[in-house]
Amino acid sequence: MGCVFLPFGEVNDLKIAIIGAGIIGSLIAREFTKYKVEVEIFEKLPDVGWGVTKANSGILHAGYDDEPNTLRAKYCSRGNEMYTELSEELNFKIKRTGSLVAAFNDKEVKILEELLKRGKINGVKDLRILSRLSALEIEPNLSREIVAALYSPNAGVLAPWEVAQAAVENALNNGAKIHLSTKVESIFEEGEKYRLRTSKGIFLFDVVVNAAGLWADELAESAGVKVTPLHPRRGQYILLDQPNVVRTVLFPTPSRAGKGILVLPTIHNTTLLGPTSEDLLPIEKEVTETTAEGLSKVVKKAKKLVPLINLSKTLRTFAGLRPENDIKDFVIKRESNMIHIVATRSPGLTAAPAIAGDIVGEIVEKLNLQKKDDFHPIRKAIPKIVDMSDEEKEKLISQNPSYGKVICRCNKVTEGEIVEAIRHGARTLDGVKFRTTAMFGRCQGSFCMVKIMNIMRREIGENFEEIVKNFPNSHIVDGVVR
Amino acid sequence: MKRLEYDVVILGGGAAGMGAIRGALSQNASVLLVEREASTGGVLNQCIHNGFGVRVFKKELTGPEYHEMYLEKLKGFDAMYEATVLDIDSESRLLKVISASGIYKIRYGALVLATGARERPFEALRVPGSRPSGIFTAGLAQHFVNLENRLPGRKAIVIGSGDIGLIMARRLTLEGVEVEGVYEIMPYQGGLTRNVVQCLKDFNIPLHLSTSVVKVHGKERLEGVTVAKFIDGNPVSGTERFIGCDTLIASVGLIPENDLVDKEIEISSSGGAVVDDLMRTSVDNIFAAGNNVCIHDLVDFVTVEGEGAGQNAARVAKKEKMPKRVGIFKKGKGIRVISIHYTTATIPFKMYVRVDHPMDMAILRINDTNLKTVLNAKPSEMIEFTLDPTKYNLKGEIELSAVEAKR
Repeated sequence: MGCVFLPFGEVNDLKIAIIGAGIIGSLIAREFTKYKVEVEIFEKLPDVGWGVTKANSGILHAGYDDEPNTLRAKYCSRGNEMYTELSEELNFKIKRTGSLVAAFNDKEVKILEELLKRGKINGVKDLRILSRLSALEIEPNLSREIVAALYSPNAGVLAPWEVAQAAVENALNNGAKIHLSTKVESIFEEGEKYRLRTSKGIFLFDVVVNAAGLWADELAESAGVKVTPLHPRRGQYILLDQPNVVRTVLFPTPSRAGKGILVLPTIHNTTLLGPTSEDLLPIEKEVTETTAEGLSKVVKKAKKLVPLINLSKTLRTFAGLRPENDIKDFVIKRESNMIHIVATRSPGLTAAPAIAGDIVGEIVEKLNLQKKDDFHPIRKAIPKIVDMSDEEKEKLISQNPSYGKVICRCNKVTEGEIVEAIRHGARTLDGVKFRTTAMFGRCQGSFCMVKIMNIMRREIGENFEEIVKNFPNSHIVDGVVR
Repeated sequence: MKRLEYDVVILGGGAAGMGAIRGALSQNASVLLVEREASTGGVLNQCIHNGFGVRVFKKELTGPEYHEMYLEKLKGFDAMYEATVLDIDSESRLLKVISASGIYKIRYGALVLATGARERPFEALRVPGSRPSGIFTAGLAQHFVNLENRLPGRKAIVIGSGDIGLIMARRLTLEGVEVEGVYEIMPYQGGLTRNVVQCLKDFNIPLHLSTSVVKVHGKERLEGVTVAKFIDGNPVSGTERFIGCDTLIASVGLIPENDLVDKEIEISSSGGAVVDDLMRTSVDNIFAAGNNVCIHDLVDFVTVEGEGAGQNAARVAKKEKMPKRVGIFKKGKGIRVISIHYTTATIPFKMYVRVDHPMDMAILRINDTNLKTVLNAKPSEMIEFTLDPTKYNLKGEIELSAVEAKR
């Protein structure tokens, strides 16, 4: 690395740094690899999509919730539409479940009417208010106490980290580089270039995109760019092993505090309850603990929407942080060849492809970047045995018998899938979990963890003691029995 | 797709499944075992402590010894190892199985479910705090220590006083891990008294009743927990105490494993397969035995249950006419679990029950008749008795109850 002086007349590709391998950074990186540029991604954590991207509701919002003339409104419904093609190219799953916003009284019905109006201004298609009976027909387990519901068939669910994984894999396939476990500490302008000081040394780039999630404000500030300060908004969740209890994403009527606590089917056929909406201090950007108060609030509110919820089916609880600011809108700040994307709170996931498209489009035009003719848009997914027909299963097993050996009994994940996940970049147990859904099920890994560690030992050549759950100090075992 | 056909197919090769193999072979049936792991034995393989075999072999054995000795009795069955059932179609009597050699469709005359139980993971308890590594179910910790030769950590606490938790408290102590204590949310122990004495008292490991975890600490690896006193399942504020530890072993309940069949057969409120005295489920040619019926204390009982299930499955597969159910058992006052839900009232059979709270002296009753007096009855200790249809009226609705009496 470092500054390279080129002989006069020779053209070198521009170097672009993307800071943050969350969903926004990943999609921007992938978008840039369509052009003749050098793309390098910097990620503080050991894997992609492990920050804000990992712990949110995983919803493709329709776009009725966002006040017109905000960036949220500009990008949400457009991003939602873009996901169809994106999911086909990158081979991640989305499910257009539709969503219902439930009103429990006339005052809330008034709010639904406002949301309907807002949705029309924002260009949201097929939005309508349903009577109590029609809503219950779509969602039989919804509380009988509702009086009406706003229905959007275009809302959906996905696993956000899968999008980040897929986009990064595709970007790497198209020539990008990634620096994992590499924290960018500051950005300095240095003539025409930018100097990134990182935990792994200094790097020079022509263009810098700051998509550092919760830390995007601090990083912008290090470059002398003023943006709205961020504080984390914590969302606590409960994941239930209770499939098909709801079919659509169920919202209560929103209030000033936000969209409220939802009940939704996940892409993995579990049921998710949450999130809370707790504003933490700006210094609490790593406070992802759950609390007794938070979890009991989730239970209370979720049961109001869906009384049938069965908590004895709890898989686990978790909490995530969303990057929030005082103006409650995304901030996209341009400063010569540096772009800071700040406060990509909800609906940041839905908006991500549209934001990525616009930002890359802008730079492409400004710097007159040329398209590559060998860009491969398709990313091959890790095969998923459980979703295949018997014929497909037989064919794959005959080519590679390890696809017939089930390792994770809860979600029927095979050895072949785990090996493939390692080849796709998994280096930790969570890396395997978030690529295959092994250890995601009702035993939470108590049956399959040892087998997975043995596969990792064989494939990566690590000792048992070196294998970690996620972060460097999260080892599983501590030494040999005497 | 390969097709196979057997009289009796047995799902799971642990103690109950091996018993079923023996039972079915004794009736000259063709037998196929479908087992997820690479060998028979199930959890016996990692239970290197003793206490097995007192009933079946009349001596005290370790788990692996019990497995090997019983396996020697089994000759002439087929088995698929590292094979997983994907689907059961009870209408067409077909199983779909996946293994490294492909997808199999297997037709059965009768099926025996011997799938055992799984542990409730700590995560299911919704304890607030962080989500670090260092949290294990007792069975997973046992697997690491006994089969992989690895220590889970250096200082541990055990949550829940189920038998595997108690046994792991001793096992870890023997391997040099500091076990700070065992914490039980209920006011009474969850495991056998034998284990409380031999695993805790003999090693000076304290058992804290009515106490459990209210918070988990540590971002990457576990750094400690906050425990508190509990009354009626709720933490008492002001009683919190921090304990530094890098390992948490959870022994907080076993759940009968019936996920494959919970839409095919009747399941009890405690999650077990509902069976009659022939170990027959609500589907005439599907039998069940072992921990997927109800959680047992002793492997010997599981073996015996499996043998009965295997024999009766073979009889059904050979088109023998089986008796109908004539009596239904109801849980009355004082009873939490019953192993058998229906009876054909044809032969004497074993019934196992658990009381719903500790009783100094419990009188077990069948309808209005006293059956048995049990001193020091505890929910953690199964009560075993034989019901003989020539002695008791076992037709219609039969209530089993336990009444507390003064000594």
